[in-house]
Amino acid sequence: MTTSSQIPPPGSVPRRLGWTLALVIGLAALAGLCAGPDGWSLGVLTGPDSDQALILHDIRLPRALGTALAGALFGLSGALAQGLFRNPLADPFLLGSASGASLGVVMVLAAPPLLGPAAAAGWLGELGLVGGAFVGALAGVSLTLLLSRGAEHSTRLLLAGVVVGVVLGAVNDLITLMAPDALRGRQAFGLGSTSFFGWTSVALLALSLSLTLPLAWRFARVLDALSLGEDSATSLGLDLPRLRAALVGILALATGAAVAQAGLIAFVGLVCPHLVRRFAHGAHGFVLLASAGMGAALLLVADLAARTLIAPQELPVGVLTAVLGGFYLLGLMHRRGVS
Amino acid sequence: MTAWIQRILVAGLLALSGLSAVQAAEPPKRIVSLLPSLTESVCALGACDRLIATDRWSNWPRSVQALPKVGGLDDAQVERIVALKPDLVLAAESSRAVERLRSLGLTVRTLEARSHGEVRDALQRLAAWLGRPDEAPRLWQHIEADLNAAAARVPAHWRGRTVYFEADDAPYAAGPTSFIGETLGRLGLRNVVSAALGPFPKLNPEFILRAQPDLVMARTRALSAMPRRPGWGRLEALRRRHICSFDEERYDPMVRPGPRMGEAALAVADCLSTLGTP
Repeated sequence: MTTSSQIPPPGSVPRRLGWTLALVIGLAALAGLCAGPDGWSLGVLTGPDSDQALILHDIRLPRALGTALAGALFGLSGALAQGLFRNPLADPFLLGSASGASLGVVMVLAAPPLLGPAAAAGWLGELGLVGGAFVGALAGVSLTLLLSRGAEHSTRLLLAGVVVGVVLGAVNDLITLMAPDALRGRQAFGLGSTSFFGWTSVALLALSLSLTLPLAWRFARVLDALSLGEDSATSLGLDLPRLRAALVGILALATGAAVAQAGLIAFVGLVCPHLVRRFAHGAHGFVLLASAGMGAALLLVADLAARTLIAPQELPVGVLTAVLGGFYLLGLMHRRGVS
Repeated sequence: MTAWIQRILVAGLLALSGLSAVQAAEPPKRIVSLLPSLTESVCALGACDRLIATDRWSNWPRSVQALPKVGGLDDAQVERIVALKPDLVLAAESSRAVERLRSLGLTVRTLEARSHGEVRDALQRLAAWLGRPDEAPRLWQHIEADLNAAAARVPAHWRGRTVYFEADDAPYAAGPTSFIGETLGRLGLRNVVSAALGPFPKLNPEFILRAQPDLVMARTRALSAMPRRPGWGRLEALRRRHICSFDEERYDPMVRPGPRMGEAALAVADCLSTLGTP
């Protein structure tokens, strides 16, 4: 399904966007290595001090890489969701992955007070917060697919996603009411954070991106066909229900991995495809790749700001992306309304 | 053959000496606390000078306010904590920061107390970690003495009266199984909430109206807004000003399961002795 026509020619606008994004990602990651709670210092990069080396190698490096990877996954998910539902306001969290992940976290947190220490040490404890969020995200999307009886109709899929989001959110509220201790962790998860990335997180995020990005690229033509309308896509001989289910699977994997590691970082997925299309137009293959790059760049820059704006304190990066993304979206709507 | 035995013996001795070196490890000298109640406990056990940083909510004793603040339990600043080179980090269980700090090779120990008994155990364990095991019984005796003194100070006409302690204006009550509830029980007050509802149950506001507690306790801000809640103007305790309101400074000891529980009990007793007869 992939042909060379998906790759933009040299010197074209999409090419230039690609290079710009690569440059921004590289610079922001480098800046991330130098940005500490005590201000900027290039010393960490050269100093022989063993503590500096530990901070650089075990904290800042995985944080920069993990942030880029998580951002890329969010961007990719956003482009997938918007192509899949042919709706510019579609969000990767639409299909119940956010509420599922949040519920997973709360269940892990609420296990000790509600079920006793035995259950907490059992399989729920084994799962940990990250595992709980990942399983929860996948379970949320599976439930949506189950309720919509597959991915045959996109409207039914969307409605089922909304229902699952509301119901799982309510279950989440109920558990938090019975075990208020879980409230703290739930709130932290909802704000999103990039500050706990270690090498394990980086490995898991890289694995998930290396699985989902090539797959998404392979299915990009389906999204192109879908943009002509469902009937046209079917008349092109595409087996829409199965292809759409596959795309939902890729979306769930990408979102689940990112959300499990970084929490509910708002708006990155929603905004990235819009930003890409603002600079350059192209087929879905290009939009998917560029959105992943845009997500990486965006989250790296947001993380940098979160670390330095009120240093030595730190802002939750999700708060920052929500504020910036919200205003960007408002601006976009305003401009469209005027024209 | 004998050379082999000799070697094994020497190796065994070396291993044993290594083991004892681990056991007799120096008590921690650079401590980061990520929970206010643990900060207070470290200080009350006489090791305040070993704290090098705390979470942003720790504010007692006053000396800790000058220490670097490294975020909260759920958004702890990993890099700053590592850079401070602590030999012990104190936190509560199930926070992602705990996993992360442990994976970076730091010693993280978790303690969370929900009742008087658990506070006592936590102090005992903390004192052992700090290398001051004798301090814990002494501190607990002090807390007990304060609790008893507070109970003795409660006017006779308030004993056996019902109390509603609001832990949050959602409203969540402090039930009899919570450490706050246990303190109120020691003072001879009866909780309007039954033990079966758990330590901090969320209540229907109507429940409090029906229960008509003789006493209402809450933080000042919440208490001053209570008469404006629908129907709560008819609460007898509010109308007759049978209330104990605690400003932020006096509220902290109430809601922190730590060394200041005795102080909190005394504050409640003081409030009761200023109220009129029920």
